[in-house]
Amino acid sequence: MNKEIHIQKTVEIAKKKKKKSTHSIASVLVWASALLVVAVGIGIVIYIMIQGVPYLNSSLFEWNYSSENVSMLPALINTIFMLILSLLIALPIGIAGSIYLVEYAKKSNPFIRIVNLMIDTLSGIPSIVYGLFGSLFFVKFFGMGLSLLSGALTLSIMILPIIMNTTQEALREVPMSMREGSYGLGAGKLHTILHVVLPSSLGGIISGAILAAGRIFGESAALIFTAGTLAAVSGNIMDPARTMAVHLYALSQEGLYIHETYASSAVLIIVVLIMNGLAGLIKKCSERNTIHG
Amino acid sequence: MDKIEIQDLDLFYGNFQALRKINLRMKAHEVTALIGPSGCGKSTLLKSINRMNDLIENCHIEGKILVDGKNIDDEDVNLLRKKVGMVFQKANLFPMSIYDNVAYGPKTHGIKDKKRLDEIVECSLKQAAIWEEVKNDLKKSALALSGGQQQRLCIARALAIEPDVLLMDEPTSALDPISTAKVEELILQLKENYTIVIVTHNMQQALRIADQTAFFLQGKVIEFDRTQKIFNDPKEKKTRDYITGRFG
Repeated sequence: MNKEIHIQKTVEIAKKKKKKSTHSIASVLVWASALLVVAVGIGIVIYIMIQGVPYLNSSLFEWNYSSENVSMLPALINTIFMLILSLLIALPIGIAGSIYLVEYAKKSNPFIRIVNLMIDTLSGIPSIVYGLFGSLFFVKFFGMGLSLLSGALTLSIMILPIIMNTTQEALREVPMSMREGSYGLGAGKLHTILHVVLPSSLGGIISGAILAAGRIFGESAALIFTAGTLAAVSGNIMDPARTMAVHLYALSQEGLYIHETYASSAVLIIVVLIMNGLAGLIKKCSERNTIHG
Repeated sequence: MDKIEIQDLDLFYGNFQALRKINLRMKAHEVTALIGPSGCGKSTLLKSINRMNDLIENCHIEGKILVDGKNIDDEDVNLLRKKVGMVFQKANLFPMSIYDNVAYGPKTHGIKDKKRLDEIVECSLKQAAIWEEVKNDLKKSALALSGGQQQRLCIARALAIEPDVLLMDEPTSALDPISTAKVEELILQLKENYTIVIVTHNMQQALRIADQTAFFLQGKVIEFDRTQKIFNDPKEKKTRDYITGRFG
């Protein structure tokens, strides 16, 4: 009997020791992985900054692009146009669709699962495929040509999954008790959604929109075949429009302006970093506002 | 005529019958307490009176509830809920300012005039005995208030739509004794103007504030009488066992 207890104890001690050693190995591994991720991220940013920032000069910000100044200003402006237009198309659809899925559809409705499956599928498709689709569908079939509009429509489809995922999550985070509070005061469903649910989830929705914006800033493959590569500020939505990421692609393809390419990348990275920072900040603010509820 | 009349009410969640043949009558300007162990159906009954159970899928109701002699199923649900206000177990204020929380109801029902809204907000906060504590902070977030204050603000919010009936679902269960005393005092004042139905786990509370009390067990009303009668001389053995703490 005693012996058995003794054996049991030794086994336990051995287990503990083993546990401890695997534990410390695991902690070193995860720590190293985390460090690697940070190092790679910071490394890339620093490298591009070192390569690019010294070559930033005023000629890179001239209104008209020429092969001498390789100005990024038209591309930067087009990117902003592209951003606004894509969000204008995708946000209303994405938010309205999410409201339907979260607030109106019955939980047992198989349609919810189908839509969410589609969302996951859409987010897994490589952007070049979106580009090919857009080129066949919007550019050729609808005859929109290489234009800001074709590009924005293609990007809207691409960012719809991001917007729908974040919006659905934000809506679900609004406690049921808050909706009940509104219904209990005699407010209808739509009134409750517009005045209680949406304002409470606005932070999440905005941070999703900003994530989507980051995607738009960085997208080149989907735009080359849909918005074209013309390096001029587009005057209307049917004009072709080279965005920053496409601009970088074009410049690096030509191979003559490697410094300017880095300088332009540096500007793009700064813009994207600011966007992501903003997303985090807004998310934090919205969490602080609802944490007591 | 009784303010609220519940006739032969059966309520089902899917196949589960949560309420069985409930018959209760509530007079205007009286407080009715619904007591009983957890899961006995008292909150479910409360939520039937302003049709909050409509929100639950698979919930099916037979029998009738009359408010002012009218079947509540024939009324517009939003107007019913304006007439039959509700205070929930946990304070569920909106993430807005104190003012906007109280003004939400009246605004919903079409009151836009700023002066009128100011009056309603002040009057409701005074009725809920919280005006003195918040009158200088109306623009501050309601979520920054203490638990007891939040619950009284919920009462103010419910009063702002000028209901006739006030349903309260264990309004003090999350509050400390001092806040509880304040809310109870408030309920006794409010019954001058409102008909109150309150679900409570606290039997002493029922004894302190209720004119009549219904004792629930497993979806049935075991006994329904004046509160003094229920607590001093209950007819049913189960009622006596429950109020003397022998079970539940």
